[in-house]
Amino acid sequence: MKEKNGEPLRRAALDRRTLLAAGGAAGAALAGKVAGASEATIPEELPDWSRYLGPGVDDEPYGKPSKYEAHVIRRTVEWLTASTESSINFTPLPWLNGIITPNGVFFERHHGGRAEIDPSAHRLLIHGLVEKPLVYTMEDLKRLPCEDRIWFIECAANGGMEWRGAQLDGCQYVRGMIGCAQWTGVRLKTLLERSGLKPNAKWVLAEGADASALTRSFPIEKALDDAFVAYAQNGEALRPGQGYPVRLILPGWEANMSVKWLRRIEVGDAPWYTRWETSKYTDLLPTGKAYKFTWVQEANSVVTWPAPEHKVDGPGQYTIRGLAWSGRGRIVRVDLTFDGGKNWVTAPLEEPILPKALTRFYYPWRWDGSTTIIASRAIDETGYVQPTIAQLRNARGRNSIYHNNAIVTWLVNASGEVENVQVA
Amino acid sequence: MSKSRELLFATAFVAALAAPVLAGERPIGRVPTPEEIARWDIDARPDGLGLPPGRGTAREGEEIYLARCASCHGEFGEAVGRWPQLVGGQGSLTWDEPIKTVTSYWPYAPTVFDYIKRAMPFGDAQSLTDDEVYAITAFLLASDGIIPEDFVVDAESLPKIVMPNADGFIDDPRPDVPGGEPCMKDCVAEVVIVGHARKIGVTPEDKARPVTD
Ligand code: HEC
Repeated sequence: MKEKNGEPLRRAALDRRTLLAAGGAAGAALAGKVAGASEATIPEELPDWSRYLGPGVDDEPYGKPSKYEAHVIRRTVEWLTASTESSINFTPLPWLNGIITPNGVFFERHHGGRAEIDPSAHRLLIHGLVEKPLVYTMEDLKRLPCEDRIWFIECAANGGMEWRGAQLDGCQYVRGMIGCAQWTGVRLKTLLERSGLKPNAKWVLAEGADASALTRSFPIEKALDDAFVAYAQNGEALRPGQGYPVRLILPGWEANMSVKWLRRIEVGDAPWYTRWETSKYTDLLPTGKAYKFTWVQEANSVVTWPAPEHKVDGPGQYTIRGLAWSGRGRIVRVDLTFDGGKNWVTAPLEEPILPKALTRFYYPWRWDGSTTIIASRAIDETGYVQPTIAQLRNARGRNSIYHNNAIVTWLVNASGEVENVQVA
Repeated sequence: MSKSRELLFATAFVAALAAPVLAGERPIGRVPTPEEIARWDIDARPDGLGLPPGRGTAREGEEIYLARCASCHGEFGEAVGRWPQLVGGQGSLTWDEPIKTVTSYWPYAPTVFDYIKRAMPFGDAQSLTDDEVYAITAFLLASDGIIPEDFVVDAESLPKIVMPNADGFIDDPRPDVPGGEPCMKDCVAEVVIVGHARKIGVTPEDKARPVTD
């Protein structure tokens, strides 16, 4: 190790920490007094961090969360799929704040693993029913007019495991196939206008450069409305798991259509009916028929505190935290129930309230220590009201897998433990 | 963005974009050659648009399928373990546990060609020749009786094959749940808990996941 200013001191601090750890019971007791105390007493001992120098500015060129936040990670459900390369992980919603999902814990769904793309070798091709096909480098894309937009991205299968009944006991698993970020990029409209649409241009196909060459098609109206080609997320380049170096975003629509690792846009006159818009992402009904082109993510919400990952630690005053969103626009209202849906109150919404973005709500709550059944219900600017699971099953049965935006219900039992339940 | 700012912005962009490219300026984007486009333009539509030259039969496809696909999807497309099942399940879509496969659920035959060509075998994508993809497509369709074993699948014949579930899809009718002003008081007579996630017991056990307040 090179001797630098401050180095000996830092080592002294380290030594003392090692000593404490080696000190066994006595050391642990001492450390416990400092860190583990849940009561708001002021400890007798000055903690190490108040006496010895912490690391300098050169030890962590790209910062990570505190080691005490190690539980705030994406998780998967191993039994869902045969391989991790075609699978999904979940955003740790119950421990996050605000409306922006940190890039490192934004959920990922891949169909052929996470592609690692060299941006200098990446190209975006626009062709088909256009006057002038064009192929862009990443540098080209960044020379075009750019915009910043905050939108959620939600997998069509969010909540999918709950169609047949309450199944997964965690807020992360029940609604964690979602994230919300500020995206930077170019409107797809800009790219299409540069190539010039032919009169019979009606549909657009987007294709990824990953090992599944994922393709989805969508109407030209969406392409010319808010469809977006993003290369940055929350201030930095997209993460590989989010489609680095460039992805499509179709705001408010199921995430599968926001094609990652975007390499090709083809304009056509009819839908393509790709495997991802026939075999998958169609909603099977009890009649044997299935809804197709179910693009929009309807209004949805979830209480993130309390949640099965949390325990309500005794009667008293708390703050309910939750998230609401709608693929059709803004959230205008969120109602809360504490008796499983008999009676409802309206919770104030926290700013900002953006269309097709996560919206926060908070509500003061005094827990009296008795069994409580908490749920939230979102209403969006079109007047759409988030349904109950019974209403959804009534319309679509139990086998449609996708688009379960039913009200999520948490049971707080008398010991303060929280469980995912369904009510009738 | 405010409306006036949006207008200002848009005007500036349109002006910049519409300005003629001066000599010596670096253009944004390049016009690709038809050969370049062909390298990436691999998609095929239900009407056959995009299907390449080539041909194959189920008999030819069987051998390739057994070598390249059966390890995951099973010798008869019945699936190994939890890998996807490809064949079977016709008539099951109304069952309590429907079996959605290529032959029971997919509405269009060219999509089978399109998907196998772009994504399979899993982990070695785009390694099959067009003849091989035609032959495997024929093998899958023939093994569930959709076409005869000696049927020649090519760009002409594939779009004409009528899949069993061709009429199985309807346009999205959502919202499909009751709307209107939601009830706020005395909405249900009695609340009954009908499902407990803990009783199902399939939540991943995660020792690193604390229960925190
Ligand atoms: C290593 C295992 C593996 C091998 C080998 C493999 N596949 Fe697959 N196959 C998969 C997985 C995994 C998926 C699902 C991918 C996804 O989630 O998008 C899949 C999906 C499919 C599907 C779509 C199923 C559906 O219902 O949507 C077809 C068709 C298919 N494979 C055909 C083939 C063919 C033909 C071959 C041989 C050329 C092949 N596969 C080889 C693993 C495999």
